[in-house]
Amino acid sequence: MQIKNLPHKILFKNAQIVDPFQEKVYQADILLEKGKIRSIGTNLSVENNVVVESLAGLTIAPGLVDIHAHLREPGYEAAETIASGAQAALAGGFTKVCCMPNTEPCLDTQETVRFVYKKAEETPIEVYPIAAITKGRKGEELTEMVELAEVGAVAFSDDGNPLQKAQMMRNALEYARLTGKPIINHAEDLDLKGDGLMHEGIVSTQLGLPGNPALAEELMVYRDLRLAEFTQARLHIPHVSTAGAVELIRQAKTRGQAVTAEVTPHHLCLTDEYLRTFDTNAKVSPPLRTEADRQALIAGLRDGTLDAIATDHAPHVIDTKETSFDLASSGMIGLETALALVLTKLVVPAHLTLLQAIKLLTVNPARILNLQLPSFKEGAEANFIVFDPEEWWVFSRKDIYSRSQNTPFLGMELTGRVKAVITKSHHVII
Amino acid sequence: MNLSIKHLLGLEGVPREDIEAILKTAFSFREVLERPIKRVPTLQGKTIVNLFFENSTRTRISFELAEKRLSADTVNFSATGSSLAKGESLKDTVRNLFAMKIDAVVMRHAVPGSVKLLAQFVEAVVINAGDGTHEHPTQALLDMMSLQEKFGRLEGLNVAIIGDIRHSRVALSNIYGLRTMGANIVVCGPPTFIPYGIEELGVKVTYSLSEALSFADAINVLRIQKERQGKGLIPSLREYRNVFGITRQRLDAAKKSITILHPGPINRGVEIDTDVADSEHSIILHQVLNGVAVRMAILYLLLGGR
Repeated sequence: MQIKNLPHKILFKNAQIVDPFQEKVYQADILLEKGKIRSIGTNLSVENNVVVESLAGLTIAPGLVDIHAHLREPGYEAAETIASGAQAALAGGFTKVCCMPNTEPCLDTQETVRFVYKKAEETPIEVYPIAAITKGRKGEELTEMVELAEVGAVAFSDDGNPLQKAQMMRNALEYARLTGKPIINHAEDLDLKGDGLMHEGIVSTQLGLPGNPALAEELMVYRDLRLAEFTQARLHIPHVSTAGAVELIRQAKTRGQAVTAEVTPHHLCLTDEYLRTFDTNAKVSPPLRTEADRQALIAGLRDGTLDAIATDHAPHVIDTKETSFDLASSGMIGLETALALVLTKLVVPAHLTLLQAIKLLTVNPARILNLQLPSFKEGAEANFIVFDPEEWWVFSRKDIYSRSQNTPFLGMELTGRVKAVITKSHHVII
Repeated sequence: MNLSIKHLLGLEGVPREDIEAILKTAFSFREVLERPIKRVPTLQGKTIVNLFFENSTRTRISFELAEKRLSADTVNFSATGSSLAKGESLKDTVRNLFAMKIDAVVMRHAVPGSVKLLAQFVEAVVINAGDGTHEHPTQALLDMMSLQEKFGRLEGLNVAIIGDIRHSRVALSNIYGLRTMGANIVVCGPPTFIPYGIEELGVKVTYSLSEALSFADAINVLRIQKERQGKGLIPSLREYRNVFGITRQRLDAAKKSITILHPGPINRGVEIDTDVADSEHSIILHQVLNGVAVRMAILYLLLGGR
């Protein structure tokens, strides 16, 4: 990876532009000056002192937006730092990443939220902290949400710790209305989940691993939807994984409820069948589900029930994965592979068009957390990626920029490779 | 005789020819065990580690005896709960042991998949002596050997497995092995003990013990773990015995001779009454002897040819 300052003027010629703002795909040249788009159109003339780069055969899309990542800093720097997470993000084409608050200390004070912004300033991407709903993520006392929002918290979540108490969830939803920010609750009924380590189904039966039923997620999604409706609050449902949950969200949206939901690339690409390998890299929370669930998630993306794709990038040091399945930590890294997985598993089989896929990775997630995205207009900040949607490559360790390597996708053949990222007046060559 | 498998991690997917070869070899080792001198030099110079991360008496002794009867050098490593502390890498523990040049490892662990994980870490033959609630292939093989001995066949035999199917590695391995060999299987227990989708493995489910008994030529009675009651899966051991316990009265009501197996250790008066466990229909002690023979056969077939 090579990170340079953008030249004063640079002209990208003959790219295919996937523009989710205008919802169209077109051929154009883009002229940048001082990090901004000076002009965009066909056959732009080459001025003096302009660096010219031909992008024939390549595609430009806005910098991708991830509204669900774990960057581990402060506290777990052996697994990831904001700097290493930023590199992983760039490698995958992400220029805006929202990080979850389950750090040590967790993001439940203004100081910790400011710390994230300060660390992120040193990187070529934007990082937006999601603050905790409750102090210490213990589910007992609300954080000072108004003040957290004032210093830039974009949402509230105790991610990893589902809010079990309905009363606390109600209070959080109501109080967060003061901030206009959504509540993101990891939807799992921990009591029903019990000691479940994977989806409860025929595969868990055959592997002898304790099962975590789909209902553990669905009951919580139902509770949260109804509480949010009752309190007129903004709810965002993370990492939806079951067909039942998709249906509950669909019904809520049909009733007109202002709810949003995301799905991860791994739930879209893998099922519990993969766990026959006992590969702890595929131990995730919520767990990988069945093929029928996977199909329902795809249908949910297609009809708008699910608004966005988010990585749930969850780095863990290798030692916590190379152990028995019960002790292994939950989660996999995802920033480097998200775009390629979506292209390979959803666009190539024609479940989604390229434009739909890009929307689900840019404008849609940005809208959920009210992040401003520069568009392809004259005067806008240059913030886009250059990729080859048709380049096949094998994902290997050298493609990982995260400090952690916990991914089950190593060795997989993928299409779609990020070549360059333009962000914050930087030109990043991958 | 060569097996198609390199390790014995479970019976899922193990072909019929392999199971037949193991059983046939086991019967010839049974003869060795009846001799005054019960030792053969087959595995002289081979080193086997018995790696038990979970308590076991009978399985560990059975393996140890099988190894000694084959003249292998054996080392025992027991580390339960506390010594393999939470967070410590299984890989580290095991790699340290294997730096010492081991030919085979017999492993028991409380967590499903751990034995498979081990097979990825080491260059040695790996034999699963029970991985949590996943598989216990040598137990199923000795059960099958005992049934073969009693009935002269496995094809078409009706076997009922009774008890906590959901938490039983014995049940799962028996289902795989017996189905491969053409036996018919019914599993029986309260619904809280029947795992999701078990029918997809080619077995029938019944909650009625009398139905299971009227179906069965043989029953495999599973041990009821006493802690299940505390987890709310059954109200009491007393009620369990009243509904699913194997008693003389229930066997008499079936009006036929039913062969009884039990993987041990027995909770007498819970899943099975003492008079039944010790009756002429019980082949529980044959199972124990066959266990040594089957383990000799597996060690011989996986290690001998090398």
